[in-house]
Amino acid sequence: MSVATETPVAGIADAHKAGDWLLIATAVLLCVWVLLPIYLLIVNALSSPDQVTAFPKRFFPSFDLGSLSFFINFAGVARALWNSVIVATLTMILAIGFGAPAGYALSRFDFPGKGTFRFLVLMTRAFPLPLLALPLAVMFIRTGLDDTAIGLALVHTTLALPFAVLITFSLFSGIPVELEEAAWTLGCTRWQAFRKVILPLALPGIAASAVFAFTISWNEVFAAAVLTIENRTLTAFLLQSLGESPLYLKFAGGAALVVPALIFIFAVRKYLFAMWGIANR
Amino acid sequence: MAEIAIKGVAKRFGGFTALHQVDLTIADQEFMVLLGASGCGKTTLLRIVAGLERPSQGEVWIGGRRVDHLPPRERGIAMVFQNYAVFPHLTVFENIAFGLRMKKLPQQEVERRVNRTAELMHIEQLLKRYSGQLSGGQRQRVAVARALAMEPDVILMDEPLSNLDALLRLEMRAELKGVLAASKTTTIYVTHDQVEAMSLADRIAVMHQGRIVQSASPVEVYRNPAARFVGSFIGNPPMNFIPATKAENGSWTVAGLTLSGPKSDKPRIEFAIRPEDVDAGGEGLRATVRVIEPLGPHTLVTCDVEGGLFRAILDSNASVQVGDDLRLAPKPDRIRWFDPETANAL
Repeated sequence: MSVATETPVAGIADAHKAGDWLLIATAVLLCVWVLLPIYLLIVNALSSPDQVTAFPKRFFPSFDLGSLSFFINFAGVARALWNSVIVATLTMILAIGFGAPAGYALSRFDFPGKGTFRFLVLMTRAFPLPLLALPLAVMFIRTGLDDTAIGLALVHTTLALPFAVLITFSLFSGIPVELEEAAWTLGCTRWQAFRKVILPLALPGIAASAVFAFTISWNEVFAAAVLTIENRTLTAFLLQSLGESPLYLKFAGGAALVVPALIFIFAVRKYLFAMWGIANR
Repeated sequence: MAEIAIKGVAKRFGGFTALHQVDLTIADQEFMVLLGASGCGKTTLLRIVAGLERPSQGEVWIGGRRVDHLPPRERGIAMVFQNYAVFPHLTVFENIAFGLRMKKLPQQEVERRVNRTAELMHIEQLLKRYSGQLSGGQRQRVAVARALAMEPDVILMDEPLSNLDALLRLEMRAELKGVLAASKTTTIYVTHDQVEAMSLADRIAVMHQGRIVQSASPVEVYRNPAARFVGSFIGNPPMNFIPATKAENGSWTVAGLTLSGPKSDKPRIEFAIRPEDVDAGGEGLRATVRVIEPLGPHTLVTCDVEGGLFRAILDSNASVQVGDDLRLAPKPDRIRWFDPETANAL
């Protein structure tokens, strides 16, 4: 009796263990894929210029600020950094300015074409930017938006808008409509109810969407490289000087781009998870 | 003066008609309960009076003013929601004060009213807490206090007790009745619980499938149901219904008993009697006992009458056994007759 039941159970357990190992191996591989470039970036950004160009490469940063100081003082970097900040801030304002009302409308109102609208908003992400870049550049030159912060911010807003709409949509949907109705019975107009009841509750989430929009714009390379010439953002600047610049400059520049983005995304991960439907503590 | 007049109000959602031409008048300071099963339209009607929904047709008048085109804040109402809708980002004090601050009342008046209603609802010690730190019952009291602090002409309540446990519901029902009677406010209260309706109401409007079937005092609705639905919905255990066939001379035969009844052209109508209105013995309906439930104060006996189920409440001393043949004599003034097609009383 015991012999007959042992073998099939053992067989299943073996299969489980093999499956577990596969899962662990895949997870480790993915983590290395993502973390290795960031690790290399940080190590080399915090090492002196000589250590970066030397071979073999170091494993630990020497915490020498030589590379970073070279980076900051390099001609044009400070201005490029400033341009990135301006464009990202404009993107943030526009994305939230258009996205939050859209999210509210989607969550509170029923209108014809609602499903199609949501679908279209999502589908804008499906457009390959390189395809649009050249026609955009031509149109920008014609309308005089070329090489301006606002022109680039408009393109970045288009990239960030789907996220802004969907995050705020899930945010507002999570706030019961009864709270607004109660406010209406207590003397509020629709706008007052929004300002006094919904906004305080939604503010953390809206701030998160704003930060996310900022990050999308901060890291965007292609449109920035195509649409700005004199007033380059940091991403475009680094791309342009990629051929001639020394290795340690590239690492320092990379770190300057990646680290703020990492910090921002980490800070707002709760809201991104909610949008993507993962339960989170 | 805050009497409410609902005139010909109908509401359609796409192809579905939630309310069919409803008419109802509620007197000043009256406690009106809208009673019915889920989906009968009672909450829709309440929301139309509140201004949270617009009627497809008809008029709503509050205190002699026509209000159906006005938003909720201009109607002189306050509402208590089923899920309380207490603002989570404000303290209990600020919640109760919310409507008063919207009216721009001076701070002294705000404090006076908040403290008074908090005392009324026994939540004075909770004023500095947030709703996340309160139990369901406490949140419900905050919701009621918030509505009362407004000192409205009309208070509307949408099943405020249905999310509470049974014991708490019993306590809150008694408290609510006292508080609302003292505040002298016209009240419309929606519920599906007929015990709540019977206990709280000055008048009950029984609703079924978008219509008001009967609106009368609790005793009247209980004793003289205007339709079969009202008879079967109110009362626990429910009313019994048995078919009756026409006999000669305007009499009707029910389960072996011949009674005088209403005049009707129909060959068959329905005979109805409540379980507590029959006595064992004497000239009565032929019944065979199936189940006996001694409930303490009385005994609930379930019988077979004419092939159908019949419940009778008998004295706890009555000696009955399963399988006995009984004669259940109905009290003559408590018999009700219903038309089998229209389901109206005859």
